[in-house]
Amino acid sequence: MAERYELKSKEVWDGNTAASHALRQAQVDVVAAYPITPSTPIVQNYAQFLADGYVDGEFVMVESEHSAMSACVGAAAAGGRVATATSSQGYALMVEVLYQASGMRLPIVMTVVNRALASPLNIHGDHGDLYLGRDAGWIHLIANNPQEAYDMTLCAFKIAEDERVRLPVTTNQDGFLVSHTAQVVEPLQDEVAYKFIGDYKPMNPMLDTKNPQTYGAQTEEEWHFEFKASQHKALMESSKVIDEVFAEFEKVSGRKYNRVESYKIEDADVAIVVMGSAYETAMVAVERAREEGIKAGLVMPRSFRPFPYNEIAEKLRNVKAIAALDRSCPMGAMGALYNEVSGALSANGQSAIMTNYIFGLGGRDTTVEHILEVIKETDKNAKAGKRVTDLQGFINLRGPKLSFN
Amino acid sequence: MKKITNLKEFACTPDRFQGGHRLCPGCAHGMIVREVVNATDDDLVISTATGCLEVCSAIYPYTSWDVSWLHIGFENAAAGISGAEAMYKALSRKNRSYNPDKNVKFVAFGGDGGTYDIGFQSLSGATERGHDFLYVCLDNEGYMNTGGQRSSSTPVGAHTTTSPRGRVSYGEKNRKKDLTMIMAAHGCPYVATAVPGTKHWKDLATKAAKAISTVGPTFINALSPCTTEWKFKPEDTTEIADLAVETCMFPLYEIEDGHKLTITYRPKQKIPVEEYLGRQGRFAHLFKPENKWVIEEIQKQIDEYWEYLQRREEAGV
Repeated sequence: MAERYELKSKEVWDGNTAASHALRQAQVDVVAAYPITPSTPIVQNYAQFLADGYVDGEFVMVESEHSAMSACVGAAAAGGRVATATSSQGYALMVEVLYQASGMRLPIVMTVVNRALASPLNIHGDHGDLYLGRDAGWIHLIANNPQEAYDMTLCAFKIAEDERVRLPVTTNQDGFLVSHTAQVVEPLQDEVAYKFIGDYKPMNPMLDTKNPQTYGAQTEEEWHFEFKASQHKALMESSKVIDEVFAEFEKVSGRKYNRVESYKIEDADVAIVVMGSAYETAMVAVERAREEGIKAGLVMPRSFRPFPYNEIAEKLRNVKAIAALDRSCPMGAMGALYNEVSGALSANGQSAIMTNYIFGLGGRDTTVEHILEVIKETDKNAKAGKRVTDLQGFINLRGPKLSFN
Repeated sequence: MKKITNLKEFACTPDRFQGGHRLCPGCAHGMIVREVVNATDDDLVISTATGCLEVCSAIYPYTSWDVSWLHIGFENAAAGISGAEAMYKALSRKNRSYNPDKNVKFVAFGGDGGTYDIGFQSLSGATERGHDFLYVCLDNEGYMNTGGQRSSSTPVGAHTTTSPRGRVSYGEKNRKKDLTMIMAAHGCPYVATAVPGTKHWKDLATKAAKAISTVGPTFINALSPCTTEWKFKPEDTTEIADLAVETCMFPLYEIEDGHKLTITYRPKQKIPVEEYLGRQGRFAHLFKPENKWVIEEIQKQIDEYWEYLQRREEAGV
């Protein structure tokens, strides 16, 4: 058994440190990784924990992210707890194997430190990689700060390994804005964390050689559809398990999480929908808007997959106008978050005036003032009772105003 | 290490790779796989790259594998098996083994596409990291699963669909990549070449047993004559394999600790390469007068390489 790590009740951790302590407390059996900025410190910290005897798993320092995820698949199919971390191009290189991991229903946990995708090359944060893995069959949890990066990663193991789910999970945190920003984090003590996550419960392990298992067989038109449909069912129904795990986590930590987070939405006329660290910036913008007499509110899906359609629609039931903010350029369409939210509304027979804003690409600063401006524009729509602003706008972009109608 | 005595006894060992798979009649893959998995009594976990073997042996809801088996993709059989092997080490250390009184050994199979080409990076990485596994390349010298395209293992002069013979072309122009030597250069404790069939069955079985019982990454490059794309009769597979050895087109040797080379079979009289080329449709065009020089060139390359192997063995360094 690994050495106990002495933690203070309050630590000053950045998001990477927080995530690596969650991996340590999960006592992961195999970590296979290839370092990439800005997620590098997670695997560096893990290597140091190993060197100091605080973990006793295997660390497989592979030659590429493609092999990192491939080794994770082999290790998870073999029958133990597996985790990794990546960002951006590394995530892109993994994409093929992400589908294979979820198709084999392997409960791998991966911290994704969100970063822009090249070209042009950029090491800073946006959600290009998060959106790239959207349809890969993984559960995607969003963390807005180091505390949440820690909490979501602990919860991720419990969700992934639940026998009703058995799916891989990513916990997303914004590159640099969360990963490299130190804040006060209240960790669980090791014993509490161990007990919360629990022992790994094997399901069809390859290493049980008395009962040989086949992973990754070929299916043709007779069976492929059934496999994919059952995988989708497990992902859709994981919502219930996520709720249960969040409730259990509240009991041990006192911190309450929901699949849809919101701020002052109950009496709001206009709403901002956004994911990631900008949620906290938007909170301040909402306060400022309310000081100026605009009844603004804020909504965020905590789980981007499964997407909480009904819960989002419920939160937005009474708003007149909505701005959905995507931290990724959709290339020839509306942003993904915009599309999900408008789909959720129309599926529930609701209508609100919807606009899409693209922001923060490649680490571009997005301030309270920027979001306040968006709230004011959205308020114009609400007051006019129809869309009077552009359908899609770009926040804090240099040069002449870029928008599409 | 399992004691391998005679062919009859060897053939009677319990199947871990069942018949009834969908490989072509005359395909050497099935023979090689059976000879490898029968060469050990240890429990096995196997990974397979995408390719003929994979698509013909595990079509849901059927499987030919009576051992734990994993397929991820074309390029990552070595990375996948290294993850499984790492988990075995971790769980053994944490006293959480699923079957503590048994040794588990790890084997990966890939075709030449999944090994020489797209899978080479992950094979090189897994080897360098020193995982305890055997990698067997089923070398049929082309992308046969996708319809006979060239790979970096395709020999000079061979017709494939992407290096076709034509009015102005004699087929493949580039020399076959010397993967066995590249693997030896990784410092693998054991590397060997092998062919399937009855004449050299013991050579392959002995090498497989040795590789599996060696701790660390080991590699066997097994020539796998392809009746479909090499164009020969299904009943001639082992004869073609034997001719590859007798002509020294595919010499049998092993290398220990990255340097100590031993030729494991020495033809009594080296047969001219025409005998081998002439039996396969993929080389038929080389016998036209304008292409005769290609055969001479191939013979020259064979002679030089055979000389090199013998000198290296003699030098014993």
